Parts: sequence; structure tokens; C-alpha cells
Amino acid sequence: MTPPNDTSTSIQGTGPGGAKTGNQSSQRRLAWRSTLQAVGMLPVLIILAIVFELMSGRFMSFQNLSIVAQQAAINIVLAAGMTFVILTGGIDLSVGSILAASAMVAILGSLIPEWGMVGIPAALLMGLALGFVNGALIAFARLPPFIVTLGSLTAVRGLARLLGGDTTQFNPQLPFAFIGNGTLFGVPWLVWIAFAVVVISWFILRRTVLGVHIYAVGGNPDAARLTGIKVWAVLLFVYCFSGLAAGLGGVMSAARLYAANGLQLGQSYELDAIAAVILGGTSFVGGIGSIWGTLIGALIIAILSNGLILVGVSDIWQFIIKGLVIIGAVALDRYRLRGSART
Amino acid sequence: MTEAAPILEMRGISKTFPGVKALTDVALTVYPGKIHALMGENGAGKSTLMKILSGAYQADPGGEIRINGRPVHIDGPLTARHHGISIIYQELSLAPNLTVAENVLLGREHKTGPMVDRRSMADACRSVLDRLGVAFTPTTLVSELSMAERQLVEIARALIANSRILVMDEPTTSLSSRETEALFALVRQLRSEGLAIIYISHRMAEVYELADRVSVLRDGSYVGTLVRDEISAERLVQMMVGRDLSSFYKKEHNAHESRGPVILSVRNIGDGKRVHDCSFELHEGEVLGIAGLVGAGRTELARLIYGADRRTSGETVLDGKPLSINRPEDAIRSGVVYLTEDRKHLGLFLDLSVRENVSISVLGRDARAGGVLNLKAAKERAASAIQALGIRVAGDTVPVGSLSGGNQQKVLLSRLLETQPRVLILDEPTRGVDIGAKSEIYRLIDDLARNGVGVIVISSELPEVVGICDRVLVMREGRIAGEVGGGPDHPPITQENIVAIATGVRKTAA
Repeated sequence: MTPPNDTSTSIQGTGPGGAKTGNQSSQRRLAWRSTLQAVGMLPVLIILAIVFELMSGRFMSFQNLSIVAQQAAINIVLAAGMTFVILTGGIDLSVGSILAASAMVAILGSLIPEWGMVGIPAALLMGLALGFVNGALIAFARLPPFIVTLGSLTAVRGLARLLGGDTTQFNPQLPFAFIGNGTLFGVPWLVWIAFAVVVISWFILRRTVLGVHIYAVGGNPDAARLTGIKVWAVLLFVYCFSGLAAGLGGVMSAARLYAANGLQLGQSYELDAIAAVILGGTSFVGGIGSIWGTLIGALIIAILSNGLILVGVSDIWQFIIKGLVIIGAVALDRYRLRGSART
Repeated sequence: MTEAAPILEMRGISKTFPGVKALTDVALTVYPGKIHALMGENGAGKSTLMKILSGAYQADPGGEIRINGRPVHIDGPLTARHHGISIIYQELSLAPNLTVAENVLLGREHKTGPMVDRRSMADACRSVLDRLGVAFTPTTLVSELSMAERQLVEIARALIANSRILVMDEPTTSLSSRETEALFALVRQLRSEGLAIIYISHRMAEVYELADRVSVLRDGSYVGTLVRDEISAERLVQMMVGRDLSSFYKKEHNAHESRGPVILSVRNIGDGKRVHDCSFELHEGEVLGIAGLVGAGRTELARLIYGADRRTSGETVLDGKPLSINRPEDAIRSGVVYLTEDRKHLGLFLDLSVRENVSISVLGRDARAGGVLNLKAAKERAASAIQALGIRVAGDTVPVGSLSGGNQQKVLLSRLLETQPRVLILDEPTRGVDIGAKSEIYRLIDDLARNGVGVIVISSELPEVVGICDRVLVMREGRIAGEVGGGPDHPPITQENIVAIATGVRKTAA
């Protein structure tokens, strides 16, 4: 006879009120729990939206929401790449600098007569190449991700300034300006791109062998190696992907501004991207998390920025409130999941 | 009136973990100036009992601990230390970046005002080290010491805290034979100084040599205590095992009557450190045991064959073809798979589902073009594995970390079987697994062998080795020291023969 309460001997357990009456109800409970986990920060997002609507009366308009989405778009793209990296237990601090260098390449490329569109692939290649360097140092030289990307945060920032001759580069006739300012079916191109990146990320993480390997390497790198997973290839991929996402972010920034500045562009963007990933419930030690969580996390950050401006909070207080909300939201999340998932 | 009053009495100790009763009504009485051995199979409850004594766990209500006749309540490691109890664990708990004196006096640093008084600490430490007769000084960094020396540091720490009860958990595991001798002399010296020593060991020879009394635990219960004159191997084994082994290890295949052709031959393999010049052959349908003391190099040998560690010499030949295995993925591709002894840290992905854990090695094989997952195939594999191995789980999307030890082990086993291996290397396949799952795993091994798979079983549990293997290689100090079973040229497979070779009492070919 199978003991009916076999699942209750588990580490996670189902709590004192847990379903022990049979497999069906415990399965339903598990499904409920995983939904809850997937939903994650969505309630916080909705509550924030309602609060800002009540306080300002202007938040929920289509026009404003479109602005929020546009403001969130670049961070969503960076955070999607960051999700891959953090899922393997790593970190990529260099995305802001890579974005600046790629934006610079995009503008410089766009200045080539007749061939201005070359700016886009050039910027993407720049991002990919810088991500590859990060990944190679981490996967082959076995250097710690924090150190490697901290170094490239600084070095690539210098590279961005060097590329632009340490001045702001303009192109008022930018051939791909539509990306930053145009719409498709009434929705900004930036939003379409961000959405596409999220869908592609979801597909890679959940529907490919590579995706399972990313979770496996993040959850238990030693077991991954013994299982025959090419850990180096997985690490190389995630840093390349993050670099590519930052390169795309560079194209988006350049298209929006018609300009790039090596010194200022993308400063501290990596922190917003990391915040979005963590708000989205991805474990900092790797192995647990989802791209949908990251999307919600990035939207929370964008809503906060936009809503606080609408409500008329001063710039200084915006910083303080944003920081506290991030800490509070994650604390809430830990509290809610206490006793179920490991931290 | 020759016997002193007991220094420690534990009575009616039980411990329940969620879903498991680890200890049931256990008693232990320990006298000063005696060495008291504690024996039992893996999972018998020895460590749990000692963790209760050290305050790491709390016993269930109803039990009693008395020290020098007075009931005490041990609610944490500090209280235990206060009552004069010190434990030296298998994994030593020293900070390698600090000096010997700093480690010995960790948490009780000498101070002049707010400043650490290093000189006074070194002096205090030196007097204890002198008593132990060691070759290092208080200012040596612990990272520079050998394992044996680190153990002495732990002992010094216990002595400086004025401990009266010293618990040693498998202290000789990582020691050479000369170091073991030195440790025994020291343990005897401490006994003559009046300390009570609780000595946990599986090794019969050590218990013979040292113990004044032996208590045996089995499946979380107290079985009994023998005094010096009553100690004999037969009685201890019988107390530890306590069941009829012949039916437990039922074996239906029989390899050495109709021994198949050689599948795998390993020639002169070594890593230059812990494995030296090992050669053997594995036949089709054979269950080959590798026995030996912990630290003899069994796991290291398996990892070399599997490509998990780098070899410096030797080759492996599978079905007559030389293999080049440099990484685990090479081995898996050739049909050689390895079950790790440490499933939580080296085997499973605890946060991933049962389905993903079962199918992860073959995802690439099943995948559609472009590496897109074949969810249907993964689902089918998980379903058939759950059915074939009798894995008790609510569904295949449950995270594997929530399963019991036995079910986790079956998940890991089915991951290996999905690759349809020719050679299966199982390292401690039944460690941390309950009795029911154990016998199911034995049956699985038997089935695989009957279907022509070559199985190598590494195990520290001698009854298991004797019960399921057709032939056993015994390792000692990184070499294959002898062989039992497998024909008239070798001694028969018995626990005594294996132990004799493993401990170096006897060579093979009696």
C-alpha cells in the first residue's frame, strides 16, 4: 500500500492545513502554490496602479500607460538579459556601460551616408562581443562574475567615451528613429521590442534544452557537470545574451534620443535591471525564477517613477520611496513564501 | 565497588523529525575513565543521539539526561560545553585562516581590556599542546596542518574547555595507519586522565582495540551494551544487523556460473594522488563490488573512470574499444554512467521537477530541431520511470527536493537508466534510504544485471556488499589490495575476508 500521506513527509510539507486526503487535492494545492509563485509581485503592481490612480486621477489613461510602458521598455530588455545571468547564480554589472558603448556605435554607424541602418547590427554586435568577453572570462578563466563585470563596468564606460571622442554624438536624420518614437498599431515600437524580448526569453528558458540547463547550472553547478551538461557553454551563453540585450538597449536609447553620450548614458541602469529581476522573485543564488516575474518587477519600477512624478513628489523623495518599496516588496515576498521555497 | 558512578546517563531519549522517528527510547550510560564505543549501521541514529547530547537537536519531551547524577537540560551548544561535553565531528569545524591558538580559544579569547591578549592565549594553548605532544606551535596556521593535526587541534580545544566527556565521531576516517596509531595512544592517555570518551565507529578492529564498552543502535532503537569481555564480532554484527540477511538480499541472477564476456576493462588508472595503478575487468551481467575503508580511494576511482576528475595514467576499454573519456559527457555518450554518493550536492537539482530531473541527461537526444524541448517525450519518460521504480510522488512536476531520501535516490537512478547505460557505477546506492526503498534498489540492480548491464557497486555497508555482489574488489590506500569471490582462486565473499584485506591484516589469495 502506498502511504496516502507520503508527500507530507517532504521537506517542504504542505503545512498543518495541507491537503493530505489524496493525490488529487495535493496536486491541486501544488498547482495553486506554483500559480501563486508565478503571480508573485502582480498584486503589488496592481495596488500601486490603483493608489496612483486614486491620488492623481490621471494615471490610468491610455496615454499615460503608454508612456509608462515606453519608459519601462529599455529596463525590461536589460532585465531580461539579467534574468538569464542571475538564474545561473551570476551577476552582470556591466549592462549600463555596454548600453552606452552600443548606443555610441549605433549613432556612429547611422552617420555613414546611405548605409545608416548599419548602426543597428553594429550596436548589437558590439553588445554581443562585450558580453562574450565577460562570459569567456567567467566560463574559461573561472573568474567570479561580480569581479569580471565590475571591471567591465568601468572599462566599457571608458570605451564608450573613447568611441565618441568624449563628446555627445548627434544624428538628427537618424534612419531608425522610428524605433524610439514611432508606433505600430498604436503601440510604441519600444514596447513591441521589449515584449518580443520577453517572449523570446520565455521560450528559451521554458521550451528549450538550453533553458533547462540554465536552471540546472544555477541550481546545482556540480551536479550539472556530473550530469554531462556543458557548464561553460551555458555560462558563455547567458553573458552573451545579457550583452546582446544591452546592445539592443543601446539601439533603443540612441533611437529615442537621436544621440549618444559615452559619459552619461546608461549610468546605473544595471541597478534598475537587477532590482527588476529581484523584485520578480528570481533567487539571487540562482536556479529559481521566471521572466514573467522580471517583467512585473520592471513595470513596478516604471510605475513608481511615473506615479511619483504625477503625484508631485520631489525628485529626492522619489529616490527614497523607490528604494524602500523595493526592499519592502522583497521582504513581503520572502514572508509570503516562508517555509516553502528555499531562499 | 570497583566501578565509578556514571558521568553521563541518557534515558528514554526519542527524537521525531517531520515524518520520521529517528530515535525511539534510547538509553546510554557512560563512565569516567572509559572508552565507550557507539556502533550501528548508517542511519541507526548514532549521529542524532550525539547531536542531542551536544545541544544541536532537542530530544522529544519525556527523556532524561543526567550528568554526574544530576538531571540537566541541554538546550544549545553553549550549555553542552558548560556541562563539559565536547564533540569532534567528522567534518572538522576549524577556521583554516586562523592560527592554532585562535582556533583553540575561539569564543573564549583572552583579553586585556578590550584588546585580544595574544601572548596569554599562546601560553595557554602551548600548555595544552605540550600535554598532547604535538609537533606544531600555537602560531601555526591551521591551513598548514594535516587532517590528523587538525584533529589534535580539536582535541586541544576540548581539553582547554575542561571537557569531561569527549565525543569522537569516526575520528580515523581520513587518517593514515600511523596517524591512527598515534591517535589511539592519545585516546588511551585521555582515558587514563579520567575523561569519558564516546567513540563512534563502524570499524570492528578499532572497537576491539579501544573500547571498554560497546553500545549498539539499530534503526533508531537501543539494542544493548557489551562490556569488554563480551565483545565479539559475531555478536556485534548480529546486534547491528538484527535480521535475516539471506532473504533481504535475494539475488536471482548468478554471474559466475555463466559469466558473460568482459564489457569494461580498466587498466592502470590513477590520478597521481589518491588512486594508484588500478586495473580490473567487469563482465556483462556482473555485479562487481568495490569495498574498502572510507578514504581508500573508491569514489575517486569511480570519478576517474567517469571522467569527473582528471587522470594522470591508464585507459579504459569498453566492448574491446579504447575510450577517451575526459569529461562526464564523454562517459555518458559511451554508455558509462555514475551515481554519486552525495545526491543532494552532486546529483539532484532540488528545485527542478521530478520530470526535469529524470530526463535532463537525454533532453538533447529527445529534442526537436533547434534544441526545442520535446515536452511529450519528457513527460512519458517521467511517467514510465515513476511507474517502473515505484517512485512515490504526487505528480511529475513536484520539485524533487520535497521527496524522501529513497524516492530522491530512485529519481537519480532513473536519470541514469534513461541513458540506457552499458556500465552502471553506483556509489553508495542505498545511503540515507529507508529499508523498503533499499530492497527495491537491490531488486533493480539484480534486474539490470540479468539484462546484461555491468554494475559496479561501491558501498561501505558490508552486509550489502556481501549480499548483492558476485565479486568484490577491496581497495586500500588508493590501490586495489585484493579480490574476494568470483571463483576458486579467491577467498569467498565474507565480511571478515573483506575487512581483513581492507585493513591490511591479510592480502588476497589466502
